[in-house]
Amino acid sequence: MIDKILEKVEKLDAQILEAESETAEVAKGLVKAVGSSEEVMEDTVDGRADWKAHNKEISKLKSMREYFLAECENLTPEDRVFLARHSQRPHVDDIIDGLFTDFFEQKGDHLYDDDSSIYGGIARFHGIPVTVLGHRKGHTIEDNMKYNFGMPCPEGYRKALRLMNQAEKFKRPIITFIDTPGAYPGMEAEEHGQGEAIAMNLAKMSQFHVPVISVITGEGNSGGALAIGVANRVLMLENAVYSILSPEGFASILWKDSNRKSEACELMKLTAADLKEAGVCDDIIDEPIGGAQRNYEVVMRNMDAVIWKHLQELMKLSPNEVKNDRVSKYRKIG
Amino acid sequence: MESLLNTISLSFVSKNVIEEEIEKKDGEPVFVTCKKCKRRSLKRNWKDNYYVCPNCGKYRSISAQYRMSLIFDPGSYKEINAHMKANDPMKFPEYAQKLEKQKNDTGLEEAAVTAVGKIGGHKTTVVVLDSRFFMGSMSTVVGEKVTRAVEYATKKKTPLIIFSASGGARMQEGIYSLMQMAKTSAAIEEFHATGGLYISFLTHPTTGGVTASFATLGDITLAEPGALIGFAGPRVIEQTINKKLPKGFQKSEYLEAHGFVDKIVPRNEMRDTLIQLLDLHQK
Ligand SMILES: [Zn+2]
Repeated sequence: MIDKILEKVEKLDAQILEAESETAEVAKGLVKAVGSSEEVMEDTVDGRADWKAHNKEISKLKSMREYFLAECENLTPEDRVFLARHSQRPHVDDIIDGLFTDFFEQKGDHLYDDDSSIYGGIARFHGIPVTVLGHRKGHTIEDNMKYNFGMPCPEGYRKALRLMNQAEKFKRPIITFIDTPGAYPGMEAEEHGQGEAIAMNLAKMSQFHVPVISVITGEGNSGGALAIGVANRVLMLENAVYSILSPEGFASILWKDSNRKSEACELMKLTAADLKEAGVCDDIIDEPIGGAQRNYEVVMRNMDAVIWKHLQELMKLSPNEVKNDRVSKYRKIG
Repeated sequence: MESLLNTISLSFVSKNVIEEEIEKKDGEPVFVTCKKCKRRSLKRNWKDNYYVCPNCGKYRSISAQYRMSLIFDPGSYKEINAHMKANDPMKFPEYAQKLEKQKNDTGLEEAAVTAVGKIGGHKTTVVVLDSRFFMGSMSTVVGEKVTRAVEYATKKKTPLIIFSASGGARMQEGIYSLMQMAKTSAAIEEFHATGGLYISFLTHPTTGGVTASFATLGDITLAEPGALIGFAGPRVIEQTINKKLPKGFQKSEYLEAHGFVDKIVPRNEMRDTLIQLLDLHQK
């Protein structure tokens, strides 16, 4: 549903952009002919008519766009899954660029490999040194393949743990961004201890004395998401989803039919609102209408405000209180 | 006032004269040939390029003192444990003479130079292994100097930076050399326990016992481009498996791809990168 609407909206975006640049051209031509922009309206009747027609066209296109966007007010869970997976959604690299300064990337688990599906390092958030990391997907098919579609191997989780252990050592808050179809299901991943790597992260993350904030920005599926998401505060973008596994996987396990995805989406309680009610998500970050991909600036501003609010609260607690706060958050669920 | 001005201008003159002497011999400019591309460049150009070949980018080894002058805030550092002299614990044949020759050739007492000073205003303990002295191999004195520097950083709560460059164990010191791996590793672990920042900077070559001890125990591991880094040397491996190793095996870039190096840092970015990291870890 949402995909069809967005198609129309994006077509209108393009038309509006074109019309606006034409109008700018007309205006520029008039200014050249007359000498100053103030005189344009007064002196060139023809030009004025032309200019007016263009503006009328633009406002017509814009109101059409408003009409379609209004339909995005009531999204189904399946619509949100679509938006959560949108290829142009802001990803961890965009977010680090947008919210952090002075980023120093740290590579590798220092054991076996550098898993590029986890991206992270040290940076400043509001001037404070923090450890920041997240699943990396990339926006193009080339990048998707390079980053394994955001599906980490054990090496990725061990890299994440290495970075987080340092955050604990140097008393830096940890901020993680979650966006993954799940942990990578591969033969080598099993041989290298995918299960052990995830379990170790869950165990170690629960014990940290520094604040941990996790933001689910896209899709958060399975232990592959949770492995960097044992946090004091779990925040979700409005259209992000968080679940035991992908709706397709869910349908295929439950009904042996991955086509019953929309049914699964309804049942799984995977939206931010559902999860807030369940006590899994602590706060929801608003997205622009039509999805985060439509305006990065707004998303970044909203994310910044909500993360900063929670971080300031957590920084008032003592190290032991921070740890107990996290342990008791998970103790209370279920 | 006038005399002060004179002193300043005089010191400028004398500095220029010294540089002229280095770069010119008998009035002729001095050229240095690159070992890799075999092309020669003016000594001045090598120096301006931090001793990276102006033609092909190959890194030349640099002395410990020169590296320290590149990273510390000017005039801010002093050497520690400078007096420690090389040891001959096994009374190994001809070792004493070889040590004497190395000392004369390099002007160093041992392969490790340790110092304390400021980097971007941060008081920092620094160890540099100088590969010109016995290939930077780990002797008892190298182990002791590294350990004392780490202990100094622990006690004074300064960050620690170690530039490794080592052919491995000092064969002439046998088991005593081996034990330095345990000693330095234990010191590093105690340093970590106090919350100190340790940046391990790997330079060409970092191998053997140094790789298998303090060089790989950093919070942050940096490397110079194209450095050979490994435990067993490539020739030993090739002979063992009776196969040719792939191109680039055990080079910095290979290690980065395999998850052991956080970042490869060109020499001209070395100081700025260290300052960024020290700033980020400021307490
Ligand atoms: Zn060259």
